[in-house]
This record gives sequence, C-alpha cells and structure tokens, in this order.
Amino acid sequence: MELVCPAGTPSALNAALKAGADVVYVGFRDETNARNFPGLNFSPDELKVAVAQAHSMSRQVYVAINTYPEAGNLPPWHRAVDIAADIGVDAVIMADIGLLDYTARHHPQLRRHLSVQASASNPEAINFYRATFDIQRVVLPRVLTVREIAELTGEVEVETEVFAFGGMCVMAEGRCSLSSYITGKSPNMNGVCSPASHVGYEQRGQKLVSKLGDFTINAYPDGEAAGYPTLCKGRFIGQDSDPSYLFEEPTSLNVMALLPELIKTGVKALKIEGRQRGKAYVAQVVSSYRRAIDAVLRGDALPDSNLGSITEGARSTAGAYQKNWR
Amino acid sequence: MTSAAPQLTLGPVLYNWPAEKRRDFYFRIADEAPIDVVYIGEITCSKRAPFFSPYIPEVCERLEAAGKEVVLSTLALVMSRRERKELNELASESPRPIEANDLSAINLLRHKKHVIGPFVNVYNEGTLEHFYESGASRVVLSCELPSTSVAQLGKAANGRELEVQTFGRLPLALSARCYHARSHNLTKDGCQYVCELNPDGMDVRTLDGTPFLAVNGTQTMSYTMNSLLGELDHLKEVGITHFRLWPHDMDMVEVAHLFRNVLDNPEDSKKSLGLLQEIVTIAPLSNGFFHSTEGFRMVE
Repeated sequence: MELVCPAGTPSALNAALKAGADVVYVGFRDETNARNFPGLNFSPDELKVAVAQAHSMSRQVYVAINTYPEAGNLPPWHRAVDIAADIGVDAVIMADIGLLDYTARHHPQLRRHLSVQASASNPEAINFYRATFDIQRVVLPRVLTVREIAELTGEVEVETEVFAFGGMCVMAEGRCSLSSYITGKSPNMNGVCSPASHVGYEQRGQKLVSKLGDFTINAYPDGEAAGYPTLCKGRFIGQDSDPSYLFEEPTSLNVMALLPELIKTGVKALKIEGRQRGKAYVAQVVSSYRRAIDAVLRGDALPDSNLGSITEGARSTAGAYQKNWR
Repeated sequence: MTSAAPQLTLGPVLYNWPAEKRRDFYFRIADEAPIDVVYIGEITCSKRAPFFSPYIPEVCERLEAAGKEVVLSTLALVMSRRERKELNELASESPRPIEANDLSAINLLRHKKHVIGPFVNVYNEGTLEHFYESGASRVVLSCELPSTSVAQLGKAANGRELEVQTFGRLPLALSARCYHARSHNLTKDGCQYVCELNPDGMDVRTLDGTPFLAVNGTQTMSYTMNSLLGELDHLKEVGITHFRLWPHDMDMVEVAHLFRNVLDNPEDSKKSLGLLQEIVTIAPLSNGFFHSTEGFRMVE
C-alpha cells in the first residue's frame, strides 16, 4: 500500500517525506495542473532537487499535469511533459486524451497515471485508457462506494488509487463547470475552483456573509467561524424556503474509519488531497495515515488520530465511499 | 466555410418527464419541428430509463419517417453493473448511431457510426483528432468553451462534423449524489422520483434569494438559459456544422423555427432574439461562456 501525499512547496515536500510519504505529488507553477494557486507549486529547478531528494530516500515523485490544454495553445502542456520526462519523475498524472496521446508517442517510457480529473468510473472506461495510452494506474473518481471500488479493482488491468483525506468534490471531478459558470475560472481550463480572487466577506447586521463573485454562498452569525465559500458547499434555497446545504456540508473527506476495509479492496495507493496546504498540515495528515496504514497492515487496531481539528468546518465524511451518501 | 447546410439538432431530454409526455413531445417534433437530428436516451439517471424505453422504437420510427436522423444517447456517469450491462447492450445491438457520453462505450463503437457527446471532455485539437481518428463522425463540445477555443476546434475539424450547444439550461456538473432527493430529505435509492416535479429542473437560490443554479437529479444545471442565437452566424463561419437545442418544457417547435430561421437568414438574428426572450420565461438568457466570461452572463 502506497501513501501518496501532496506538496505545493519544497518545504511541504520535505515535511511529507519526513512524515512517511511513499510518494509525493506536485505540479508546475502554471495552468498545467489543477492546483494553479498563487505562490504555489514547483519550478523545473525545484522539481529537479525534489526528485533527487526523494530518490535518495528511495521515495518517488509524481507530477500532475492534469488540466485540459487550451485549444490552439498546446505547447505549455507539452513542455511540462517534456520537462517532467527529462528530470526523470516517477510518473505523470494526466486527464486529457490529446496530452496522453502526446506523452505516449513522445515519451513512451514515462509512466502514465490517469488523473481523477478524467472521471473514469468503470472498468470499460479505464481499460480504454489502458489499451489506448498504456496507463499504469487510475486515480478513481470520488463517486464510488467501497464495494464498487473492490469490484472495479478486480476487473481492471491497472493499479487503482483512491482519495483518503482532504477536500472533497461532491461532483464527478473533471466534469464540473460550476466554478466557471459563477466566476469565469474553471478547474479543467484554469486549474482552479471557487478561486480566492473572487472571494469576499461582507458584514450584514449581525451576520458575516461569504460571497463568491456576485453570489452569496453562506452567512454566519456573529461569533461563528466563517468558512471558505467553495460554491458547492454553501447554504442555498431549493425545494422549500428553508436554506440548507443543498449539495454538501463544509466538510472534509476522511476514510480513516474505513481504512481496514479499503485496504482489503486491493487498491494500490491511498492519496491525500491538499497541494495548497501548508507543511504543518501535510506533516500531521501524512504521519497519521502512515501510522494507521502500518497498524492495519500489521493486523493491529487503528491508532487514535487527531485529524478532526484540521478538517473543513471541523467535520469529516466518508463521502461516496458509503452508499447512503448518495 | 462548410458547404453543407447547417444542421439543427435536438439533444436528449435531460429532465424526468413522464413517458407519455416525452412520447408526445417527440411526435410533435417529428411532425412540426425543422430539426435535422434528434438525440434520444436517458443520460442523467439510469433509474428513470425503464419508463420511456418501451416507447423508443415507435418514437424513432416516427422521427425517421419525418426524415430526421436519430441518435441514441448514453448515460453520462456509468458506475453500476446494471448500467454497464445496459450500455454494453445498447452499443453492441443498436442499429442506430450512438452518442457516447462517457468513454466506457468507446471500444464497442470503434466500428460503428458514433458521436462523441458533450459529457466527454474535448477541449483541444489533440483530443478532437483522436476521436475523429477512432471513428467518431461528429463531436459535441463542452459548454464552457470560449469562442477562441471553439474557433480553433472548428479549424481543426476542417469540415468534419462539430456540434455546439446553442440553447437551453447548460448541464454544468454530474454527481453520484442526487440533489433532488437530498432536497426532499430522501436518498438516491429511495428517491420517489421527486425530480419529476420540476420539468425544467429545480431552481436553486442563494440565501438572499438570488437565482443561482438549477438541479436535475444528479445533475446540476445553469439557472440561466444559454442562447447562442446571436452567435450562430459566427459559429457557422468558424466551422461549426451542428447546432444543439436542449429540450425544455416550452414551445420547442417555435424555438426550433427561430434558430432555423437565423441559421438560414442571419440578418434576422436581432429580431429573433427578441422573440426568443418572449418564449423563454423561466430564466434570463445567457451566453457568457462563449464570450470568455462567467457563464451566467449575457453579453450583448
């Protein structure tokens, strides 16, 4: 079982390696990856150092090049793949068919993983990518139950990787244009969702209102901690007049309680979300999961972990892994 | 650029309309609408499919007798064993062309006439070329593409068939979770088909009452009604050959006539846009994605 951990900066990468990550995944500092946030990510030189460091510890580095290249402007994405191949990263994580095709043709030896952004949710789709672009692993969309993951893992010819902890999309990843509908910036094209550039907070009487672009996402009475206005995790009015968390509560994914069950499904790797997170967060999550995985593999009980304090809204969910979430 | 006449298409009904209503809708389209291609099938939720399935043969025959091309559309998010089996049967047994809305059917379709639907991500010429090379006769573009991308893709298509979504609420997101059920305090398994209550989707508003999005079962839609009526001439020029209308619970025959008229007589676009605004009463029109801005906006 491989523990795949995020790093948005060289110091987060250090923290992840120190805390027991088997693999650290990173992105370049541009629109080629799905965490294209200001002040984040790696230059080619930083990546080179990171790969040397990880390899010296017998660990690996994956590079996410997982946005969808812009029509008429393919060179930045092609260049990202070329650089990753030159540096000798252990795998690239990608979603776009044109880019997979480019990589398979120009860098056949470079290991290819299918990003969660490709939303391949069944064996036929996954085997299509395997047959056509020789992908070695698929990161499964967060739409499947543990039982479905087990069945699927048994049916595909590639390794499977699943999300264990962190921010949780409630929509099928890579197939969501909500952010661009509301802000003009999309995960697929710009590598951002509900971008900070469009976030605002406004005091209205006794309430603090959080906004994304022109729209109110939530309101907090005085004294209550205000959350980040991710657009699918706000309170809205649907069927009746009472506001509710219509799509999802502000919550993080945490599969810790399901870890023994999940390991039994045969998945090859567990992934921690959060390249935008600081090194302290990364260290805490990675070390908790390291301890837990090691304990389960030894046949011991799950150790106590104290991740509650760093989950969104101090809440967590097993999300789609449990059928009643649907 | 292209010499063939621009083709007006009707996407599959995305909402949960009662089966008889759906049948009658297609009968009227067959008899009265100036539409060239009709896509039929349940793409949103497999639980809805059994109700309309028995009517599909007669609907297809009526549409074909009226000279329309019929394409069968597949489910957009395929997960369960049952869904996979149904998809497999459709792809391997259907005598009609298939619109693939996820990649699971693609291997079965290699040697069969097929269309790549709008739920498969085609953002650039590399991906577009891959699908044409593997046998797709037509590709439908995602709704969030700006005009610059559409133009690049039109150029790359170089006369091959390329379709753009030009009317209706835009399907923005898919999920394993059913928000219609959730808004009624139900789960997807025990949903009681509450999505049938909203034939154009359930409006979602913000806390201050501003219209925000719309929910259609597991799918999240734009609140606004996309209209590229004013952009049809431009789309034709950059190589778009097919123009999609999404069915809504309104006079779609009239909507089709307006689009057909502007495709044939671009000088009527302003007048027709005014007429379209009179027909569309459920929400304002928008075209923001195409103009590289927020999707909900209307750029004059």
